[in-house]
Amino acid sequence: ETNKLYCTSVKCCIFELKAELNSDKKEKKKEAVKKVIASMTVGKDVSALFPDVVNCMQTDNLELKKLVYLYLMNYAKSQPDMAIMAVNTFVKDCEDPNPLIRALAVRTMGCIRVDKITEYLCEPLRKCLKDEDPYVRKTAAVCVAKLHDINAQLVEDQGFLDTLKDLISDSNPMVVANAVAALSEISESHPNCNLLDLNPQSINKLLTALNECTEWGQIFILDCLANYTPRDDRESQSICERVTPRLSHANSAVVLSAVKVLMKFMEMLPKDLDYYGTLLKKLAPPLVTLLSAEPELQYVALRNINLIVQKRPEILKHEMKVFFVKYNDPIYVKLEKLDIMIRLASQANIAQVLAELKEYATEVDVDFVRKAVRAIGRCAIKVEQSAERCVSTLLDLIQTKVNYVVQEAIVVIKDIFRKYPNKYESVIATLCENLDSLDEPEARAAMIWIVGEYAERIDNADELLESFLEGFHDESTQVTTQQNTQVLHKHTQNTPDSDNPDLRDRGYIYWRLLSTDPVAAKEVVLAEKPLISEETDLIEPTLLEELICHIGSLASVYHKPPNAFVEGSRGVQHKRLPARTASGESAESPDAGQSVGGVSDAPPAVIPSQGDLLGDLLNLDLAPPSASVPVVPASMQMGVDLLGGGLDSLIAVGLAGGTGGMPAGLGGTPAMGGGLGDLFDLGGGVGMATGSYVPPKAVWLPAMKAKGLEISGTFARRGGGIHMDLSLTNNAMSIMTDFAIQFNRNSFGLAPAGPLQVLTPLAQNQTIDVSLPLNTNGPIMKMEPLNNLQVAVKNNIDVFYFSCQYPISLLFVEDGKMDRQVFLATWKDIPSENETQYQIKDFHLNSDAASTKLQGSNVFTVAKRTVDAQDLLYQSIKLTNGIWALAELRIQSITPNYMTRLRTRASLSLSASLWVQFAMLYDCGFLEGLDHFVVFP
Amino acid sequence: MIGGLFIYNHKGEVLISRVYRDDIGRNAVDAFRVNVIHARQQVRSPVTNIARTSFFHVKRSNIWLAAVTKQNVNAAMVFEFLYKMCDVMTAYFGKISEENIKNNFVLIYELLDEILDFGYPQNSETGALKTFITQQGIKSQHQTKEEQSQITSQVTGQIGWRREGIKYRRNELFLDVLESVNLLMSPQGQVLSAHVSGRVVMKSYLSGMPECKFGMNDKIVIDKQGKAGASDEAGKSSGKQSIAIDDCTFHQCVRLSKFDSERSISFIPPDGEYELMRYRTTKDIILPFRVIPLVREVGRTKLEVKVVIKSNFKPSLLAQKIEVRIPTPLNTSGVQVICMKGKAKYKASENAIVWKIKRMAGMKESQISAEIELLPTNDKKKWARPPISMNFEVPFAPSGLKVRYLKVFESKLNYSDHDVIKWVRYIGRSGIYETRC
Repeated sequence: ETNKLYCTSVKCCIFELKAELNSDKKEKKKEAVKKVIASMTVGKDVSALFPDVVNCMQTDNLELKKLVYLYLMNYAKSQPDMAIMAVNTFVKDCEDPNPLIRALAVRTMGCIRVDKITEYLCEPLRKCLKDEDPYVRKTAAVCVAKLHDINAQLVEDQGFLDTLKDLISDSNPMVVANAVAALSEISESHPNCNLLDLNPQSINKLLTALNECTEWGQIFILDCLANYTPRDDRESQSICERVTPRLSHANSAVVLSAVKVLMKFMEMLPKDLDYYGTLLKKLAPPLVTLLSAEPELQYVALRNINLIVQKRPEILKHEMKVFFVKYNDPIYVKLEKLDIMIRLASQANIAQVLAELKEYATEVDVDFVRKAVRAIGRCAIKVEQSAERCVSTLLDLIQTKVNYVVQEAIVVIKDIFRKYPNKYESVIATLCENLDSLDEPEARAAMIWIVGEYAERIDNADELLESFLEGFHDESTQVTTQQNTQVLHKHTQNTPDSDNPDLRDRGYIYWRLLSTDPVAAKEVVLAEKPLISEETDLIEPTLLEELICHIGSLASVYHKPPNAFVEGSRGVQHKRLPARTASGESAESPDAGQSVGGVSDAPPAVIPSQGDLLGDLLNLDLAPPSASVPVVPASMQMGVDLLGGGLDSLIAVGLAGGTGGMPAGLGGTPAMGGGLGDLFDLGGGVGMATGSYVPPKAVWLPAMKAKGLEISGTFARRGGGIHMDLSLTNNAMSIMTDFAIQFNRNSFGLAPAGPLQVLTPLAQNQTIDVSLPLNTNGPIMKMEPLNNLQVAVKNNIDVFYFSCQYPISLLFVEDGKMDRQVFLATWKDIPSENETQYQIKDFHLNSDAASTKLQGSNVFTVAKRTVDAQDLLYQSIKLTNGIWALAELRIQSITPNYMTRLRTRASLSLSASLWVQFAMLYDCGFLEGLDHFVVFP
Repeated sequence: MIGGLFIYNHKGEVLISRVYRDDIGRNAVDAFRVNVIHARQQVRSPVTNIARTSFFHVKRSNIWLAAVTKQNVNAAMVFEFLYKMCDVMTAYFGKISEENIKNNFVLIYELLDEILDFGYPQNSETGALKTFITQQGIKSQHQTKEEQSQITSQVTGQIGWRREGIKYRRNELFLDVLESVNLLMSPQGQVLSAHVSGRVVMKSYLSGMPECKFGMNDKIVIDKQGKAGASDEAGKSSGKQSIAIDDCTFHQCVRLSKFDSERSISFIPPDGEYELMRYRTTKDIILPFRVIPLVREVGRTKLEVKVVIKSNFKPSLLAQKIEVRIPTPLNTSGVQVICMKGKAKYKASENAIVWKIKRMAGMKESQISAEIELLPTNDKKKWARPPISMNFEVPFAPSGLKVRYLKVFESKLNYSDHDVIKWVRYIGRSGIYETRC
């Protein structure tokens, strides 16, 4: 019968349901509410039934009450006025003698995000926080976090934070756990006010509660403990001792959170301490046990073990066998295990590892097989004694003639040649036999490298290279680069006696080609061959330290800092491992200083195996600037900077930018944003008449200029944040990974608020849409045109540069509506020489439509007047750097022309160039029906 | 924290949708369907990031459970919670199927409201939940004040997994030692990896709030006692029978700090069936069966396979449900099998010869031989030769674990440890038991 509930078509049923909801019979009423909830679940809009459902709220049937509450939580926001009807029942329920009902009321009320209801919530919440029943208190504790999410100021004003802090000393462990969880979350959005106030006393309370609360409570407490920094090694050890029993918990999340605390606090222990060794030994078994959990948890565990193995290889060095791949493991588990196997490979276990890897190379999944082959190569490079065996294993695999195995093997053999020059060239003949089957750029490039490098030992090297050259135009850039270098290489080796003019000429042509692009030429020809590093894909040490502080969390799964995938202020704080401070020992002691950086005696140097020189430079500064950069000085600096420039030239620059600089958007339909990237944002915008103006995506970096990577993009302002929406398309033949982005200094200090999020490698012909959040905390330098932005994008292949221009409306902030009185005063106050006038012709929107449209881009109409058949709109704009601009928009009803006057206090120069930018809004189809605009100075 | 929880059927139709956080919109439901359930490629990760929103999913038969968040949540906790959610649902209405979910959707919403508050997991022990979330709906008006506070103190209490006032006429408990033995063996008979993962499952029907103490032949405990007793002989004899446990984890009822300091396992058990502990051993494992494969390629169109299995345990014990699975190449056209014992069949759909034997005593041997005809193919790729796998059940613990005692104390009620009827049984099953060929 319930099955029917799910397939009701709402249109014909609303009426029926309404009748049933108003029925006198209780059972019928309940059935009707059930049907409503079922419809809600499948996404049908049943908000029209709001009053009827709310009428069912006053009931002593708890099941019915819960259903009505569920409905309320979903629709209250869309029907705020009617939701008020429910307040009375809530307040009454908060006084109910039954603690379950009191808790239910306060729990539900916190989920209703309607301002007026929130006001009424305060008093009941205050009572519930001090309720005699622990069930009510633990629910009220979470409710404070809910309320904080709706109205942070209210929570502070009402003193709820203090009450919440008091609950940490509650007698009931579950109340403590929920209070800790709520405070931890709230403090994430207040990074500086030390809400949790962790000190030895409070830590002691938490550790006591740890033994008594539910598994989930233990997780909250452990995650909170991990944020504490003990005063000295003694305190650190005593906390570790009380946390280690958690390693035997059946819940993997408890175990991982305990591991996080221990990994972090271990940093503070002296290495010669007995306890340090004991702790290390205690960590291995629970980590291994995690691998017998369900596959999803295994995956989380493996991603974390990958970090732990990099940070403290000694913990799991004897546990290689447990990472052997099982035939039935899900592919995501297999790939992660393989990664860890390579990291743990050593001289002691290399024979076993190699036997396993050879086995894996015959499996079905292509990605897995490739990774296995690559792993064999890594073993050769890592364990010198095994190199010979690895090479012969690889040769065996080449004999299988399985195409992708052969190609992968050749790529890794090239690396082995680089690591051990002139040692294994006897295998070159076998490699050359497989020349024809190579169709992947990386393999072809590797083969060309080998041929070129060992040209003097290969009789027909010329011919072989020649055969590659035939397909020159079809090759991807990776191969051509390799061809160029190797032909040159070969050429220089042969110069004295080269009698092949063809080859020589071609070589010269390539040389000239390369010379036209000196950066590329320098990189390709003059670059030193970078050393092959022993370890691959090592996570950069500071990032690794941060990720260790996030063990168990999503950050540890993605191997990315939280700010790379979390929006807003949460998680922006960077976590760091504590430095060692011994008790009674000052921090300056040499011993303490020594162990700050990390514990492994000789941390392996990270040398990227790909030969990108610029890549490292870019990597240096990819972390976003700390959030504490004050905005005010930035704006002052901005003002000075702009005033310094000559007025005339600036106007000229502005004009030039306006007419020629922007991508032609005439007649183009505004882009609907970047596909999936905007899915959520579109939903969020329901109820707003128009969104901010978003120019259509333009190609910023053509594939030709970027070795197959094409970047198109646009800028958008969404939810108060600035976003750069990019589409990355891979037109090359190889997979692209390791994307990163950086901006040059620019006029408004735009800078990426996080790293470029390309979570998966970009396959051939694949396009990915990425939305990069920006902030305006970056360094400032005046650009020409003012809105010009120079961007560097890096991937595993190279670094590319391009410049693009952003619409000035990107910088218009949401709180740009000036008070009427202030507007009037300011307008009068600004000298008339700071005013510029423009006329816009052939404009077909009426004043209201224009006003609405402009408001979408944060151009706010402060007042409107109608004089002599002319509509006058007074508008204000505020820029991210705090500069205000005021405008008067004069719309003639008879002729389709706009007359505008724009004033800013800052300077004429700014207003002029700003205005041009402003006018460009219209130019780019921002207001429909505009064909062109004319500017009258 | 968890921003929302969705349940879908195999088609991607949403059956349950509960949003806890304002940052999760309705379109998140669709994003997961489009990008994961309807994705053309096989799922490459149980965690998916779509437009800065993270989706965690697990699958139970045809049903997808997905938790959604926009924050840096504790990923392990989210998965543990999803499993727990499955357990709770199973405890309430049995198998997780589309029909059961649809029939119980009101109950599920009620549960979700209780066990996840603002995305924070709350007490999710079925024992506690069943005291106030019932399929009949609560008769709150009929509860006395004491009953109500009993419920709330249990849900939030230190012993959240057990309610007070349980009474049985007969105090009884059952202990099952369930082990799964895992093996990966090379064709030459070399053990590449072997481990036992075991569970001690307890069914307790005990009155009151009984204090229990569980003892097994844990090497660390036995060695310690041996030293304390100072009797060399006793130490030796018990030492032989003790086993080295690599690691163990316990149900939340066990006092972990006590285990950590004294290595004693003490607890107040939940009522009914639950898993007391899990453990893992890698040393001195009794491998119940040995598989000896022989695969010969005769020309390009024929394979000869001979597999011998040997049972390696006391002759008085019987292994059951023995199944040997011998993979065959994809281009197999016909198979002829001869086996001395049991039944063997070529299953084309599974690309394997499946050999089943109902029972087999210890220290015995049996053999199967097969001729596999192959179709000639152009496929250059060699057959991957997946390992031969085996399933069985034996009436002993391959790790060697022995239950030494389970003592029950209940001071308030007048029954003693001697009055409790106790049952112990050992079952060893094959986990992933593979021999490469």
